[in-house]
Amino acid sequence: MRILVCISNVPDTTTKVKFSNDRSSFDESGVQWIINPWDELALTRAMELKEDASNPVSNVTVATVGPATVEPTLRKALAIGADDAIRVDADSADAHFVAAQLAAVAGNGDFGAIICGIESSDYNGSAVGGMISEIMGIPSVSAVSGMRFEGQEVVLSRDIDGGKEEVGVPSPFVAIVQKGIAKEPRIAAMRGIMMARKKPLQVVPAAEAESFTKYQAFAMPEPKAPCKMVDADNIKELVNLLQNEAKVL
Amino acid sequence: MSVLVYTENWDGKFKKLSYELVSYAKSVAELMGGDVTALSIGSVDQDELSTLGKYGASLVLSADGVPSGLDNQVYTSVIAAAMEKTGARVLLMAHNNTGKALAPRLSVRLKAGLAAGVTAVPESLSPLVVSKKVFSGKAFGKIEILTEKAILTLSQNSFEINETGGSASVEAFDPGSVAAAATTIKDVQKQEGKLLLTDAEVVISGGRGMKSPDNWGPIEELAEVLEGATACSRPVSDEGWRPHSEHTGQTGKIIAPNLYMAFGISGAIQHLAGVSSSKCIVAVNTDKDAPIFEAADYGIVGDALKVLPQLISEIKAAKAQ
Repeated sequence: MRILVCISNVPDTTTKVKFSNDRSSFDESGVQWIINPWDELALTRAMELKEDASNPVSNVTVATVGPATVEPTLRKALAIGADDAIRVDADSADAHFVAAQLAAVAGNGDFGAIICGIESSDYNGSAVGGMISEIMGIPSVSAVSGMRFEGQEVVLSRDIDGGKEEVGVPSPFVAIVQKGIAKEPRIAAMRGIMMARKKPLQVVPAAEAESFTKYQAFAMPEPKAPCKMVDADNIKELVNLLQNEAKVL
Repeated sequence: MSVLVYTENWDGKFKKLSYELVSYAKSVAELMGGDVTALSIGSVDQDELSTLGKYGASLVLSADGVPSGLDNQVYTSVIAAAMEKTGARVLLMAHNNTGKALAPRLSVRLKAGLAAGVTAVPESLSPLVVSKKVFSGKAFGKIEILTEKAILTLSQNSFEINETGGSASVEAFDPGSVAAAATTIKDVQKQEGKLLLTDAEVVISGGRGMKSPDNWGPIEELAEVLEGATACSRPVSDEGWRPHSEHTGQTGKIIAPNLYMAFGISGAIQHLAGVSSSKCIVAVNTDKDAPIFEAADYGIVGDALKVLPQLISEIKAAKAQ
């Protein structure tokens, strides 16, 4: 089975978020870019599945939509272990446009499993994975925190309120994964970084696709009132404040 | 022009978030000059379905013949059929696991722009513009829907429940022929009766400052006294001190309780992203410069292990009055 892991290139999660002066776009100056944290966990799990010889995984491909400037993030994914990478050469206009590009990539590649992170840490759209599955007309399972093979069949564990379900799914399918899918994101070793330079990174033109949404403007949250400090010897006062001022007890 | 709201049920019952969602739907419908139709899938009894009327639904469609196990393609077809029947322009869902699973599929199926995790009613209707959290709560974005139809998923605890006192008529809904489920649920493991972190009004959370997994007794006791749930920071769940299901933060659970109390948590930006929507945050930490105090409403500089027992006895005393 060939696995496709969809990658989003996002600002480092510790980035101090700034916008352009007219508040119409994200200010990218000085930003460090990373693999979206959930996508990184997805890639880690895909590599673990491939490395276990008892699983029928032959190849792990990563794909993203973006201009040439996102290539370092794809190289990072190759250094972690992906066999090859595909970049759709277009700006990621909105979730539907991106999903249509990735669905086209997936449709051309005979992938048995397409894995996407539950959301991207920048625009928090929680949309691309589900959209890919609907465009392709294939099953999807969301809130996935485990993926394993039972012979040729894939069994996913899905988080539900208060527990988990084991879900069997026929290939091809889209798994939309979250925390738990892999223990820790894998860090690229020096050997991986060297090898990544020589791995194939294919650039493909964008397919015709529509955007369903666009961002008009951004705003920062209202600054909050400073924290009221209470003396550690005066716990009674804290309880009083919570009861009578905040009214939360 | 009506609004369709998908009200999920849990073993035949609705939750606070279902009523929040219907209250939100009512506000959106008023803005559009229309009515709210609620769609329920799976077996829910008549009395439970009627409760949706109290929060503003005028009609409840009950597709009780659909099997309760979630298959995304089956549920997408049922909800799409209800959109067609009602002619609704706007579909509303919760921004929870189910909403995140179905809304993107429906967006493609209905050709309806999706705004995920909205926090308020739309600012305008033509075009439809609505505010949502971006960068994990560090900012807000105004998203414009470019398509005729729209899907909005509502962030939990971001809209007040509003009991309008109305009543709803309940109709059986037959979605027509729907393909059989492609996925099979092979096993379910579920803890019954436990308060879920995402549903809790009070959350008591511990970080590395608790020093050892053996010190969690007072955290659990305080949660019990306040009828709340327990949570933890990422290092604590990574160390295996607490289960991963308790990890609260950007990559773990995102919560918005009325009261969040953080003991021995320094407040890394990723942790704050998961809790910053809480109505009231209390922090106890030995380091007065810890970033948690920038997010907190009330703070104590001190050792969580010393503060906790005193706090428990003071709260018990206050409650006894």
